[in-house]
Amino acid sequence: MGLRRVVVTGLGVISPIGAGVADFSDSLFAGRCGIGPLSLVSTEKLSVRIAGEVRGFDPAAHFDARRLGLLDRASQFALVAARQAVEASGLGFDGPLGLRTATILGTGVGGITTLDEGFHRLYGEGAQRLHPFTIPRLMVSAPTAQVSMEFGLTGPSFTASSACASAAHAIGLAFQMVRGGLVDAAVTGGTEASLTFGALKGWEAMRIVSPDGCRPFCETRNGMVLGEGAAVLVLEPLDSAKARGARILGEVAGFGMSADAKDITAPDAEGAARAMRAALADAGLAADAVDYVNAHGTGTTANDVTEARAIHAVFGDHARRLMVSSTKSMVGHALGAAGALEAAATLLALERQVVPPTAGVERPDPACALDVVPRDAREARVEAALSNSFAFGGLNAALAFRRV
Amino acid sequence: MSDLKNDVLSIIADKGRVERDRLALDARLADLEIASLDVIEIVFAIEERFGIEIPFNANDARKEFDTVGDVVRAVESVVAKPAA
Repeated sequence: MGLRRVVVTGLGVISPIGAGVADFSDSLFAGRCGIGPLSLVSTEKLSVRIAGEVRGFDPAAHFDARRLGLLDRASQFALVAARQAVEASGLGFDGPLGLRTATILGTGVGGITTLDEGFHRLYGEGAQRLHPFTIPRLMVSAPTAQVSMEFGLTGPSFTASSACASAAHAIGLAFQMVRGGLVDAAVTGGTEASLTFGALKGWEAMRIVSPDGCRPFCETRNGMVLGEGAAVLVLEPLDSAKARGARILGEVAGFGMSADAKDITAPDAEGAARAMRAALADAGLAADAVDYVNAHGTGTTANDVTEARAIHAVFGDHARRLMVSSTKSMVGHALGAAGALEAAATLLALERQVVPPTAGVERPDPACALDVVPRDAREARVEAALSNSFAFGGLNAALAFRRV
Repeated sequence: MSDLKNDVLSIIADKGRVERDRLALDARLADLEIASLDVIEIVFAIEERFGIEIPFNANDARKEFDTVGDVVRAVESVVAKPAA
Protein backbone atom coordinates (compact mmCIF):
# COMPACT_ATOMS: atom_id res chain seq x y z
CA MET A 1 0.00 0.00 0.00
CA GLY A 2 1.31 3.43 -0.92
CA LEU A 3 0.95 6.56 1.14
CA ARG A 4 -2.64 7.67 1.59
CA ARG A 5 -3.85 11.23 1.99
CA VAL A 6 -5.15 11.83 5.50
CA VAL A 7 -7.97 14.17 6.47
CA VAL A 8 -9.64 15.39 9.64
CA THR A 9 -13.33 14.53 9.81
CA GLY A 10 -14.01 15.13 13.50
CA LEU A 11 -12.97 17.75 16.00
CA GLY A 12 -13.72 18.24 19.69
CA VAL A 13 -12.54 20.97 22.03
CA ILE A 14 -12.64 21.80 25.74
CA SER A 15 -10.86 25.09 26.28
CA PRO A 16 -10.69 28.33 28.24
CA ILE A 17 -12.42 30.07 25.32
CA GLY A 18 -15.23 27.62 24.86
CA ALA A 19 -16.40 24.04 25.14
CA GLY A 20 -17.33 22.57 21.80
CA VAL A 21 -16.06 23.60 18.38
CA ALA A 22 -18.76 26.23 17.83
CA ASP A 23 -17.97 28.20 21.01
CA PHE A 24 -14.22 27.75 20.60
CA SER A 25 -14.41 28.99 17.03
CA ASP A 26 -16.60 32.00 17.93
CA SER A 27 -14.12 33.11 20.60
CA LEU A 28 -11.10 32.38 18.43
CA PHE A 29 -12.25 34.60 15.58
CA ALA A 30 -13.66 37.27 17.89
CA GLY A 31 -10.23 37.51 19.55
CA ARG A 32 -11.85 36.79 22.91
CA CYS A 33 -9.36 36.09 25.67
CA GLY A 34 -10.02 33.25 28.12
CA ILE A 35 -7.30 34.26 30.55
CA GLY A 36 -8.44 35.52 33.93
CA PRO A 37 -7.97 35.26 37.68
CA LEU A 38 -7.14 31.75 38.92
CA SER A 39 -10.10 30.17 40.65
CA LEU A 40 -9.21 26.47 40.76
CA VAL A 41 -6.72 26.97 43.60
CA SER A 42 -6.21 29.56 46.30
CA THR A 43 -3.71 32.20 45.19
CA GLU A 44 -2.87 33.26 48.74
CA LYS A 45 0.57 31.63 48.55
CA LEU A 46 1.09 32.05 44.80
CA SER A 47 2.64 34.82 42.76
CA VAL A 48 1.01 33.28 39.66
CA ARG A 49 -2.50 34.71 39.84
CA ILE A 50 -3.89 34.33 36.31
CA ALA A 51 -4.45 31.43 33.94
CA GLY A 52 -6.55 30.19 31.07
CA GLU A 53 -8.98 28.00 33.00
CA VAL A 54 -11.75 25.85 31.59
CA ARG A 55 -14.62 27.54 33.43
CA GLY A 56 -18.00 26.06 34.19
CA PHE A 57 -16.92 22.50 33.46
CA ASP A 58 -19.26 20.20 35.39
CA PRO A 59 -17.87 16.65 35.41
CA ALA A 60 -21.14 15.23 36.78
CA ALA A 61 -22.91 16.44 33.64
CA HIS A 62 -20.68 14.11 31.61
CA PHE A 63 -19.96 11.08 33.80
CA ASP A 64 -21.78 9.00 36.38
CA ALA A 65 -20.28 8.85 39.88
CA ARG A 66 -18.76 5.40 39.44
CA ARG A 67 -16.93 6.34 36.25
CA LEU A 68 -15.92 9.73 37.60
CA GLY A 69 -14.06 8.10 40.49
CA LEU A 70 -11.58 6.79 37.94
CA LEU A 71 -11.08 10.02 36.04
CA ASP A 72 -8.59 12.77 36.72
CA ARG A 73 -9.56 16.16 35.27
CA ALA A 74 -7.11 15.49 32.38
CA SER A 75 -9.01 12.32 31.42
CA GLN A 76 -12.37 14.08 31.82
CA PHE A 77 -11.32 16.74 29.32
CA ALA A 78 -9.96 14.13 26.90
CA LEU A 79 -13.15 12.06 27.02
CA VAL A 80 -15.50 14.99 26.52
CA ALA A 81 -13.45 16.33 23.60
CA ALA A 82 -13.22 12.82 22.10
CA ARG A 83 -17.02 12.35 22.34
CA GLN A 84 -17.51 15.62 20.43
CA ALA A 85 -14.93 14.63 17.80
CA VAL A 86 -16.27 11.12 17.24
CA GLU A 87 -19.85 12.35 17.04
CA ALA A 88 -18.86 15.03 14.51
CA SER A 89 -17.00 12.47 12.39
CA GLY A 90 -20.05 10.26 12.09
CA LEU A 91 -17.82 7.19 12.37
CA GLY A 92 -18.92 4.12 14.31
CA PHE A 93 -16.32 1.84 15.85
CA ASP A 94 -18.47 -1.11 16.88
CA GLY A 95 -17.61 -3.12 13.78
CA PRO A 96 -14.23 -3.97 12.30
CA LEU A 97 -13.12 -0.30 12.20
CA GLY A 98 -12.52 -0.40 15.99
CA LEU A 99 -9.76 -2.97 15.43
CA ARG A 100 -8.15 -0.71 12.85
CA THR A 101 -8.30 2.55 14.82
CA ALA A 102 -5.40 4.05 16.77
CA THR A 103 -5.77 6.12 19.94
CA ILE A 104 -2.82 8.45 20.44
CA LEU A 105 -3.08 11.39 22.80
CA GLY A 106 -0.46 13.74 24.15
CA THR A 107 -0.16 15.02 27.69
CA GLY A 108 2.66 16.77 29.50
CA VAL A 109 2.11 15.56 33.05
CA GLY A 110 -1.06 13.46 33.06
CA GLY A 111 -3.16 13.26 36.20
CA ILE A 112 -1.34 15.78 38.33
CA THR A 113 -4.51 16.89 40.16
CA THR A 114 -4.76 13.38 41.55
CA LEU A 115 -1.07 13.36 42.45
CA ASP A 116 -1.18 16.80 44.05
CA GLU A 117 -4.27 16.09 46.16
CA GLY A 118 -3.11 12.60 47.16
CA PHE A 119 0.36 13.72 48.19
CA HIS A 120 -1.06 16.68 50.10
CA ARG A 121 -3.12 14.26 52.18
CA LEU A 122 -0.10 12.02 52.65
CA TYR A 123 2.62 14.55 53.46
CA GLY A 124 0.54 17.53 54.58
CA GLU A 125 -2.23 15.90 56.55
CA GLY A 126 -0.42 12.77 57.66
CA ALA A 127 -2.88 10.38 56.03
CA GLN A 128 -1.97 6.71 56.28
CA ARG A 129 -3.22 5.61 52.88
CA LEU A 130 -4.05 6.84 49.40
CA HIS A 131 -7.21 6.14 47.42
CA PRO A 132 -6.88 2.85 45.51
CA PHE A 133 -7.58 4.59 42.19
CA THR A 134 -4.65 6.97 42.63
CA ILE A 135 -2.38 5.22 40.15
CA PRO A 136 -4.95 4.49 37.41
CA ARG A 137 -6.06 8.11 37.61
CA LEU A 138 -2.65 9.76 37.55
CA MET A 139 -0.70 7.73 34.97
CA VAL A 140 0.08 9.72 31.81
CA SER A 141 -1.45 6.94 29.72
CA ALA A 142 -4.84 7.17 31.50
CA PRO A 143 -6.52 9.65 29.11
CA THR A 144 -5.57 7.47 26.13
CA ALA A 145 -6.75 4.29 27.85
CA GLN A 146 -10.04 5.92 28.84
CA VAL A 147 -10.71 7.14 25.29
CA SER A 148 -9.89 3.72 23.82
CA MET A 149 -12.31 2.09 26.28
CA GLU A 150 -15.04 4.65 25.67
CA PHE A 151 -15.30 3.79 21.97
CA GLY A 152 -13.87 0.26 21.87
CA LEU A 153 -10.81 1.33 19.89
CA THR A 154 -8.56 -1.74 19.92
CA GLY A 155 -5.79 -0.66 17.55
CA PRO A 156 -2.39 0.84 18.52
CA SER A 157 -2.80 3.05 21.60
CA PHE A 158 -0.34 5.03 23.69
CA THR A 159 0.35 8.47 25.12
CA ALA A 160 3.01 10.73 23.64
CA SER A 161 4.72 12.95 26.18
CA SER A 162 7.13 15.66 25.12
CA ALA A 163 6.09 18.55 27.37
CA CYS A 164 4.65 21.38 25.25
CA ALA A 165 4.93 19.39 22.01
CA SER A 166 3.10 16.27 23.31
CA ALA A 167 -0.11 16.72 21.34
CA ALA A 168 1.69 17.65 18.13
CA HIS A 169 3.82 14.51 18.41
CA ALA A 170 0.67 12.46 19.08
CA ILE A 171 -1.17 13.89 16.05
CA GLY A 172 1.90 13.48 13.86
CA LEU A 173 2.33 9.83 14.76
CA ALA A 174 -1.39 9.13 14.30
CA PHE A 175 -1.18 10.82 10.88
CA GLN A 176 1.77 8.63 9.88
CA MET A 177 -0.08 5.49 10.93
CA VAL A 178 -3.17 6.34 8.90
CA ARG A 179 -1.08 7.49 5.94
CA GLY A 180 1.03 4.32 5.96
CA GLY A 181 -1.96 1.98 6.20
CA LEU A 182 -1.19 0.64 9.66
CA VAL A 183 -4.65 1.77 10.75
CA ASP A 184 -7.77 3.06 8.97
CA ALA A 185 -8.66 5.77 11.48
CA ALA A 186 -7.17 7.51 14.50
CA VAL A 187 -8.53 9.38 17.49
CA THR A 188 -5.75 11.75 18.44
CA GLY A 189 -4.96 15.05 20.14
CA GLY A 190 -3.96 16.11 23.62
CA THR A 191 -5.14 16.96 27.09
CA GLU A 192 -3.77 18.87 30.06
CA ALA A 193 -5.21 19.87 33.41
CA SER A 194 -2.25 20.93 35.48
CA LEU A 195 -3.41 24.09 37.21
CA THR A 196 -2.73 22.61 40.64
CA PHE A 197 -1.06 24.33 43.57
CA GLY A 198 2.05 22.14 43.33
CA ALA A 199 2.44 22.52 39.57
CA LEU A 200 1.84 26.28 39.74
CA LYS A 201 4.53 26.58 42.43
CA GLY A 202 6.88 24.81 40.03
CA TRP A 203 6.08 27.30 37.26
CA GLU A 204 6.36 30.19 39.70
CA ALA A 205 9.89 29.07 40.55
CA MET A 206 10.87 29.12 36.88
CA ARG A 207 10.15 32.86 36.81
CA ILE A 208 8.76 32.87 33.29
CA VAL A 209 5.06 33.38 33.99
CA SER A 210 3.60 36.79 33.20
CA PRO A 211 1.83 38.60 36.05
CA ASP A 212 -0.60 40.38 33.73
CA GLY A 213 -1.26 38.57 30.45
CA CYS A 214 -0.02 36.65 27.42
CA ARG A 215 1.11 38.99 24.63
CA PRO A 216 3.09 36.89 22.15
CA PHE A 217 5.32 38.80 19.71
CA CYS A 218 4.47 42.06 21.51
CA GLU A 219 7.18 44.46 22.54
CA THR A 220 5.74 44.56 26.08
CA ARG A 221 5.44 40.78 26.49
CA ASN A 222 6.64 39.55 29.84
CA GLY A 223 6.04 35.85 29.95
CA MET A 224 3.72 32.95 29.40
CA VAL A 225 0.33 32.31 30.98
CA LEU A 226 -0.66 28.74 31.78
CA GLY A 227 -3.79 27.21 30.33
CA GLU A 228 -5.59 23.88 30.29
CA GLY A 229 -7.98 21.94 28.11
CA ALA A 230 -8.13 19.27 25.45
CA ALA A 231 -8.66 18.91 21.73
CA VAL A 232 -9.27 15.68 19.84
CA LEU A 233 -9.17 15.04 16.09
CA VAL A 234 -10.53 12.09 14.15
CA LEU A 235 -8.25 11.21 11.23
CA GLU A 236 -9.05 8.93 8.30
CA PRO A 237 -7.93 8.46 4.69
CA LEU A 238 -9.25 11.02 2.21
CA ASP A 239 -10.70 8.30 -0.01
CA SER A 240 -12.85 6.73 2.70
CA ALA A 241 -13.98 10.13 3.95
CA LYS A 242 -15.09 11.03 0.44
CA ALA A 243 -16.72 7.65 -0.14
CA ARG A 244 -18.94 8.03 2.91
CA GLY A 245 -19.64 11.71 2.23
CA ALA A 246 -18.04 12.90 5.47
CA ARG A 247 -17.53 16.56 6.22
CA ILE A 248 -13.80 17.23 5.80
CA LEU A 249 -12.21 19.97 7.91
CA GLY A 250 -8.83 19.82 6.26
CA GLU A 251 -5.93 17.58 5.32
CA VAL A 252 -3.01 16.70 7.53
CA ALA A 253 -0.41 17.17 4.84
CA GLY A 254 2.88 16.62 6.64
CA PHE A 255 4.72 16.26 9.91
CA GLY A 256 8.22 17.27 10.95
CA MET A 257 10.16 16.60 14.15
CA SER A 258 13.55 17.53 15.52
CA ALA A 259 15.51 17.85 18.73
CA ASP A 260 17.71 20.84 19.59
CA ALA A 261 20.00 18.65 21.73
CA LYS A 262 21.24 21.82 23.41
CA ASP A 263 19.46 23.14 26.49
CA ILE A 264 16.73 21.86 28.83
CA THR A 265 14.81 25.15 28.76
CA ALA A 266 16.28 27.62 26.25
CA PRO A 267 14.86 27.37 22.71
CA ASP A 268 17.04 27.08 19.61
CA ALA A 269 16.18 28.60 16.23
CA GLU A 270 18.02 25.93 14.28
CA GLY A 271 16.10 23.06 15.87
CA ALA A 272 12.78 24.84 15.35
CA ALA A 273 13.65 25.58 11.72
CA ARG A 274 14.56 21.94 11.09
CA ALA A 275 11.15 20.78 12.34
CA MET A 276 9.32 23.30 10.10
CA ARG A 277 11.43 22.37 7.06
CA ALA A 278 10.80 18.68 7.69
CA ALA A 279 7.04 19.26 7.85
CA LEU A 280 7.10 21.23 4.56
CA ALA A 281 9.19 18.56 2.84
CA ASP A 282 6.94 15.79 4.16
CA ALA A 283 3.88 17.64 2.83
CA GLY A 284 5.53 18.43 -0.50
CA LEU A 285 4.81 22.11 0.16
CA ALA A 286 6.99 24.94 -1.09
CA ALA A 287 7.67 27.48 1.66
CA ASP A 288 5.89 30.23 -0.29
CA ALA A 289 2.75 28.10 -0.58
CA VAL A 290 2.17 28.50 3.16
CA ASP A 291 -0.22 31.33 4.04
CA TYR A 292 -0.44 31.00 7.80
CA VAL A 293 1.68 29.76 10.70
CA ASN A 294 0.01 29.08 14.04
CA ALA A 295 3.07 29.85 16.15
CA HIS A 296 4.23 28.19 19.33
CA GLY A 297 4.24 31.84 20.49
CA THR A 298 4.35 31.50 24.27
CA GLY A 299 4.90 35.19 25.06
CA THR A 300 8.28 34.69 26.72
CA THR A 301 11.13 36.89 25.59
CA ALA A 302 13.20 33.91 24.55
CA ASN A 303 10.62 31.83 22.67
CA ASP A 304 9.10 34.50 20.48
CA VAL A 305 12.30 36.06 19.22
CA THR A 306 13.83 32.62 18.60
CA GLU A 307 10.73 31.34 16.81
CA ALA A 308 10.66 34.50 14.66
CA ARG A 309 14.29 33.90 13.72
CA ALA A 310 13.45 30.31 12.77
CA ILE A 311 10.47 31.44 10.65
CA HIS A 312 12.68 33.95 8.81
CA ALA A 313 15.27 31.23 8.22
CA VAL A 314 12.71 28.81 6.78
CA PHE A 315 10.56 31.21 4.76
CA GLY A 316 13.10 33.81 3.63
CA ASP A 317 11.42 36.84 1.94
CA HIS A 318 8.04 35.11 2.24
CA ALA A 319 8.28 35.47 6.05
CA ARG A 320 7.25 39.12 5.75
CA ARG A 321 4.07 38.27 3.78
CA LEU A 322 3.15 35.25 5.87
CA MET A 323 0.53 35.61 8.61
CA VAL A 324 1.78 34.32 11.96
CA SER A 325 -0.42 34.31 15.04
CA SER A 326 -0.36 32.79 18.49
CA THR A 327 -3.68 31.58 19.82
CA LYS A 328 -2.02 31.16 23.22
CA SER A 329 -2.81 34.86 23.55
CA MET A 330 -6.41 33.75 24.17
CA VAL A 331 -6.13 30.17 25.47
CA GLY A 332 -2.94 30.44 27.49
CA HIS A 333 -0.35 27.68 27.26
CA ALA A 334 -2.15 24.38 27.68
CA LEU A 335 1.20 22.53 27.60
CA GLY A 336 0.60 18.92 26.51
CA ALA A 337 -2.76 19.90 24.97
CA ALA A 338 -1.45 23.03 23.23
CA GLY A 339 -0.50 21.29 19.97
CA ALA A 340 -4.02 19.86 19.65
CA LEU A 341 -5.84 23.09 20.50
CA GLU A 342 -3.61 24.88 17.99
CA ALA A 343 -4.15 22.20 15.34
CA ALA A 344 -7.87 22.81 15.89
CA ALA A 345 -7.39 26.56 15.48
CA THR A 346 -5.35 26.01 12.31
CA LEU A 347 -7.97 23.68 10.80
CA LEU A 348 -10.72 26.18 11.56
CA ALA A 349 -8.66 28.91 9.86
CA LEU A 350 -8.44 26.71 6.74
CA GLU A 351 -12.11 25.87 6.84
CA ARG A 352 -13.41 29.39 7.48
CA GLN A 353 -10.72 31.25 5.53
CA VAL A 354 -10.18 33.50 8.53
CA VAL A 355 -6.91 33.79 10.46
CA PRO A 356 -7.27 33.98 14.25
CA PRO A 357 -5.48 36.96 15.79
CA THR A 358 -2.70 37.31 18.30
CA ALA A 359 -4.94 38.95 20.89
CA GLY A 360 -3.68 41.53 23.35
CA VAL A 361 -0.75 42.71 21.25
CA GLU A 362 -0.01 46.34 22.06
CA ARG A 363 2.97 46.94 19.78
CA PRO A 364 4.29 44.15 17.54
CA ASP A 365 7.95 43.61 18.46
CA PRO A 366 10.08 44.95 15.58
CA ALA A 367 12.73 42.42 16.60
CA CYS A 368 10.37 39.67 15.40
CA ALA A 369 9.49 41.46 12.12
CA LEU A 370 6.40 39.34 11.40
CA ASP A 371 2.77 40.03 10.52
CA VAL A 372 1.36 38.68 13.78
CA VAL A 373 -2.28 39.50 12.92
CA PRO A 374 -2.56 41.72 15.99
CA ARG A 375 -5.83 41.98 17.94
CA ASP A 376 -8.39 41.23 15.20
CA ALA A 377 -9.02 38.13 13.10
CA ARG A 378 -8.48 38.60 9.38
CA GLU A 379 -10.33 37.19 6.40
CA ALA A 380 -7.71 35.82 4.05
CA ARG A 381 -7.00 33.11 1.55
CA VAL A 382 -5.51 30.20 3.50
CA GLU A 383 -4.64 27.17 1.39
CA ALA A 384 -1.87 25.73 3.55
CA ALA A 385 -0.76 26.32 7.12
CA LEU A 386 1.75 25.15 9.71
CA SER A 387 1.24 24.63 13.43
CA ASN A 388 4.38 24.83 15.54
CA SER A 389 5.07 23.19 18.90
CA PHE A 390 8.49 23.68 20.50
CA ALA A 391 8.90 22.04 23.89
CA PHE A 392 11.22 22.46 26.83
CA GLY A 393 14.16 20.19 26.29
CA GLY A 394 14.24 21.18 22.61
CA LEU A 395 11.74 18.58 21.41
CA ASN A 396 10.15 20.16 18.35
CA ALA A 397 7.17 19.25 16.18
CA ALA A 398 5.50 20.99 13.26
CA LEU A 399 2.29 19.90 11.54
CA ALA A 400 1.39 20.98 8.02
CA PHE A 401 -2.27 21.29 7.05
CA ARG A 402 -3.87 21.88 3.67
CA ARG A 403 -7.34 22.91 2.58
CA VAL A 404 -9.28 20.16 0.82
CA MET B 1 32.46 43.19 53.31
CA SER B 2 29.05 42.71 54.94
CA ASP B 3 27.95 39.20 55.90
CA LEU B 4 24.99 39.58 53.58
CA LYS B 5 27.12 40.42 50.57
CA ASN B 6 29.52 37.67 51.49
CA ASP B 7 26.71 35.10 51.58
CA VAL B 8 25.25 36.28 48.28
CA LEU B 9 28.63 36.04 46.57
CA SER B 10 29.15 32.54 47.96
CA ILE B 11 25.80 31.45 46.55
CA ILE B 12 26.57 32.97 43.13
CA ALA B 13 29.98 31.27 43.10
CA ASP B 14 28.48 27.94 44.09
CA LYS B 15 25.40 27.87 41.83
CA GLY B 16 27.08 29.69 38.95
CA ARG B 17 30.16 27.44 39.22
CA VAL B 18 32.46 30.45 39.10
CA GLU B 19 35.58 31.08 41.18
CA ARG B 20 34.78 33.46 43.99
CA ASP B 21 37.55 35.92 43.14
CA ARG B 22 36.07 36.55 39.68
CA LEU B 23 32.90 37.96 41.23
CA ALA B 24 33.58 41.70 41.02
CA LEU B 25 30.41 43.75 41.45
CA ASP B 26 30.67 45.09 37.91
CA ALA B 27 31.34 41.65 36.40
CA ARG B 28 28.60 40.75 33.89
CA LEU B 29 26.79 37.47 34.52
CA ALA B 30 26.92 36.66 30.81
CA ASP B 31 30.71 37.17 30.76
CA LEU B 32 31.02 34.77 33.70
CA GLU B 33 29.06 32.25 31.61
CA ILE B 34 26.28 32.17 34.17
CA ALA B 35 23.30 31.00 32.09
CA SER B 36 19.70 32.09 32.60
CA LEU B 37 18.78 28.83 34.31
CA ASP B 38 21.73 29.36 36.72
CA VAL B 39 20.39 32.83 37.54
CA ILE B 40 17.01 31.34 38.44
CA GLU B 41 18.73 28.80 40.70
CA ILE B 42 20.82 31.54 42.31
CA VAL B 43 17.70 33.59 43.07
CA PHE B 44 16.01 30.50 44.53
CA ALA B 45 19.02 29.70 46.73
CA ILE B 46 19.19 33.29 48.00
CA GLU B 47 15.47 33.29 48.82
CA GLU B 48 15.84 30.01 50.71
CA ARG B 49 18.94 31.22 52.57
CA PHE B 50 17.45 34.55 53.72
CA GLY B 51 13.75 33.65 53.79
CA ILE B 52 12.91 36.50 51.43
CA GLU B 53 11.07 36.99 48.13
CA ILE B 54 13.04 38.65 45.36
CA PRO B 55 10.84 40.13 42.64
CA PHE B 56 12.30 38.74 39.45
CA ASN B 57 10.92 37.58 36.11
CA ALA B 58 13.28 35.72 33.81
CA ASN B 59 11.74 37.58 30.87
CA ASP B 60 13.46 40.67 32.22
CA ALA B 61 16.56 38.85 33.43
CA ARG B 62 19.03 40.76 31.35
CA LYS B 63 17.44 44.07 32.30
CA GLU B 64 17.25 43.35 36.01
CA PHE B 65 20.31 41.25 36.64
CA ASP B 66 23.07 42.16 34.27
CA THR B 67 25.91 42.14 36.75
CA VAL B 68 26.90 40.51 40.02
CA GLY B 69 26.26 43.84 41.72
CA ASP B 70 22.65 43.86 40.44
CA VAL B 71 21.98 40.63 42.34
CA VAL B 72 23.65 41.89 45.53
CA ARG B 73 21.72 45.17 45.42
CA ALA B 74 18.40 43.38 44.81
CA VAL B 75 18.96 41.27 47.94
CA GLU B 76 20.10 44.27 49.98
CA SER B 77 17.01 46.28 49.02
CA VAL B 78 14.63 43.44 49.97
CA VAL B 79 16.44 42.76 53.27
CA ALA B 80 16.47 46.49 54.11
CA LYS B 81 12.65 46.65 53.87
CA PRO B 82 10.77 45.92 57.09
CA ALA B 83 8.89 42.62 56.89
CA ALA B 84 5.34 43.16 55.63
